[in-house]
Amino acid sequence: MKKILFSLALTLLSTSAHAALNVFACEPEWAALTQLLAGDKVSIYTATGALQDPHRVEARPSLIARARKANLLVCTGAELESAWLPVILRESGNAAVRTGNPGNFEAARYVTMLETPGRLDRGDGDVHAMGNPHIQTDARNFIPVAEALSKRLIQIDPSNTLYYQQQLSQFNQQWRTAISRWEKQAAPLKGIAIIAQHRGFPYLNNWLGLIQVAELESRPGMEPSAAHLSLVLNQLQQHPAKMVLRAAYQDGRPSEWIAGRAHINAVALPYTVGGNAQAIDLFSLFDNTISQLLAGLK
Amino acid sequence: MFKKTYLGAAFAALCFYTSPAPAATDADLQAIRAQIQELKQSYEQRIAQLEARLQTAEYQQTELKQTVTSTSRTDASASPAGEGTFNPAISLILGGSYGKLSQDPTIPATGFAMSANPGHSQGFNLGESELGISANIDPEYRGVATLALAPAGGVSVENAFVQTSALSNGLNLKFGRYFSGLGYLNEIHAHAWDFADQPLVYATLWNNQLGEDGVQLKWLAPTDTFIELGGELGRGRGFPGTDRTKNGAGSGVLFAHLGDDIGIEHSWRAGASLHQTRRDNAVSIDANNTLINNSFSGNSRTAGVDFVWKYSPDGNTANRYLKIQGEYFQRKESGVLTYDTALTNVTDSFANTQSGWYLQTVYQFMPHWRTGLRYDRLDPGSAQIGASNAGNVISNYAFNPTRTSLMLDYSPSEFSRLRLQLAHDNSRLGLPDNQFFVQYIMSLGAHGAHQY
Repeated sequence: MKKILFSLALTLLSTSAHAALNVFACEPEWAALTQLLAGDKVSIYTATGALQDPHRVEARPSLIARARKANLLVCTGAELESAWLPVILRESGNAAVRTGNPGNFEAARYVTMLETPGRLDRGDGDVHAMGNPHIQTDARNFIPVAEALSKRLIQIDPSNTLYYQQQLSQFNQQWRTAISRWEKQAAPLKGIAIIAQHRGFPYLNNWLGLIQVAELESRPGMEPSAAHLSLVLNQLQQHPAKMVLRAAYQDGRPSEWIAGRAHINAVALPYTVGGNAQAIDLFSLFDNTISQLLAGLK
Repeated sequence: MFKKTYLGAAFAALCFYTSPAPAATDADLQAIRAQIQELKQSYEQRIAQLEARLQTAEYQQTELKQTVTSTSRTDASASPAGEGTFNPAISLILGGSYGKLSQDPTIPATGFAMSANPGHSQGFNLGESELGISANIDPEYRGVATLALAPAGGVSVENAFVQTSALSNGLNLKFGRYFSGLGYLNEIHAHAWDFADQPLVYATLWNNQLGEDGVQLKWLAPTDTFIELGGELGRGRGFPGTDRTKNGAGSGVLFAHLGDDIGIEHSWRAGASLHQTRRDNAVSIDANNTLINNSFSGNSRTAGVDFVWKYSPDGNTANRYLKIQGEYFQRKESGVLTYDTALTNVTDSFANTQSGWYLQTVYQFMPHWRTGLRYDRLDPGSAQIGASNAGNVISNYAFNPTRTSLMLDYSPSEFSRLRLQLAHDNSRLGLPDNQFFVQYIMSLGAHGAHQY
């Protein structure tokens, strides 16, 4: 018992003695971006894994405990985390990261949202009122987000202003170079017809010029039904597509089913950092995404 | 602005250069003219450059403004304008069931005649519809109200509480009417239950759920492991307490929760809770003769432990997951029992220790489909009854009520669920009951985040 109490006291002490900013990143892509912009000035906890559906994460005790200590929360926003984050914010007893405070950063506020619904009706499936939240599939979106995030880091931790500014300009330079490289590589993808398993790629399509001709989910968030799949299969005969895309966290069976019958490629994109063995950081995430899309053309 | 300053400067320069002119020769004059011309050109160039810079700056600013207005326009398009802008989140739960029972549901579990018996409904039933309203009140507070609409008519206030949202250091204060934080299932609303009914131990010892009017304070430790401590002071109106009018608190609750992840696939939470209240003239129907009423006054202390463990491949709960949970409660009551309040009216001491537990597992074997198995067991204890009531009240039934339930549910979306449940209810001595339920739970409007 004494030992337990002692180690408990020790953990309490060690956590309070930690000097770096505690960052709670909702998704791996924002953890990776924060790491690039803030280096060793932050200690990052990533709330979800690349193989988890970010809509359907549970408000686990561990997440509440981590949010309690966070100085900054970096999330997508636009209702992506609405099934779990509100509980975590409420239960954490940490006013610093509540919505509206500087410690709460939502990336979706800084990019132009696509697919903002004209009407809100659950009959249309799981639609997001603020637009499609899967903004991380367009590399260009990271530029305004990085700039806003860097400003937020400076606001919360002004003593390291110079460092954050340097990191941002370095990131901007490297990222812009990378974008032009990716765009050059992805040139053959322009105008290519694709199918998506879930409505998760509008930003990618918008960026690279892919044309989505069908979705395997009859409505967003509804499991692909056999009836809808055969409808898509029929549709494919008139409007053929090159490949069917899904995110790494999605069940592969519907994609494989349609790919097998329509003789097209099923492509599982990493979707975020850690989505497959190659996507280890933001740069390799897009390297891998584009090389997989190009492989899907064959 | 810039233009004027530079013109002024050019004019001054012109004056400066023209002043020594009268004494100059033709060649000098020409040189001066050339210089002026040069000066003029260079200034004009710089002015033009500055004008261009000003123009681009102005353009960028308007562009920025446009993007700002366009994003705010998309924000606004999703929310109603005018008075409705600040409307709170409203959710409505529609629920109903069909129940087939082979025994009278009003018969309590053997040995638990003094406890609650929420029972079941037979045939087609409209379940309780639940209307939930919640919003931030201001930066400091959040308000939540849940109204239960009973099928027979009438509205009861299930929850109506205010919660602080500006406290830091892991503190959370809640006041009003709320579900107590004890145990694991107590705080979970009926629409989020994994079975059509609560475990027997919750049904008998807490009348399904303990609701309190009072104050709850919780503190979360600043550790990586989830450690939460909480306490409540309440009126004591919820069973096992008895509503009364007096100053001070009628009930108290203490609870502690501990939880963490093991890798990305496993997570768990364990807890312990204590509850204390006083029962005043709590009337119950006698176990042997339904025409006789008994009354109990005394102290009621309950202690419980709970745990839940969840597993999901790759941590992706959307596809498959397994959840195992169990809880144990033990209640000690001591006081005086009055037998047959209407006629015989014999009062003597009464003390008993009763307990119960359940263990259940729910498995989502493919997206949208889940199945679950639950085992319930109660121990009615062996009552110590004062001599004058020894012949009136049975002290030991030598029987442990049990029940086994099996469920299968299908959720086409996050907002709808259809459920089948079979149960073999052996909670009443000599009256085994095979039960069958079909249930639907639909949620309209705002769909709040669920607790762990």
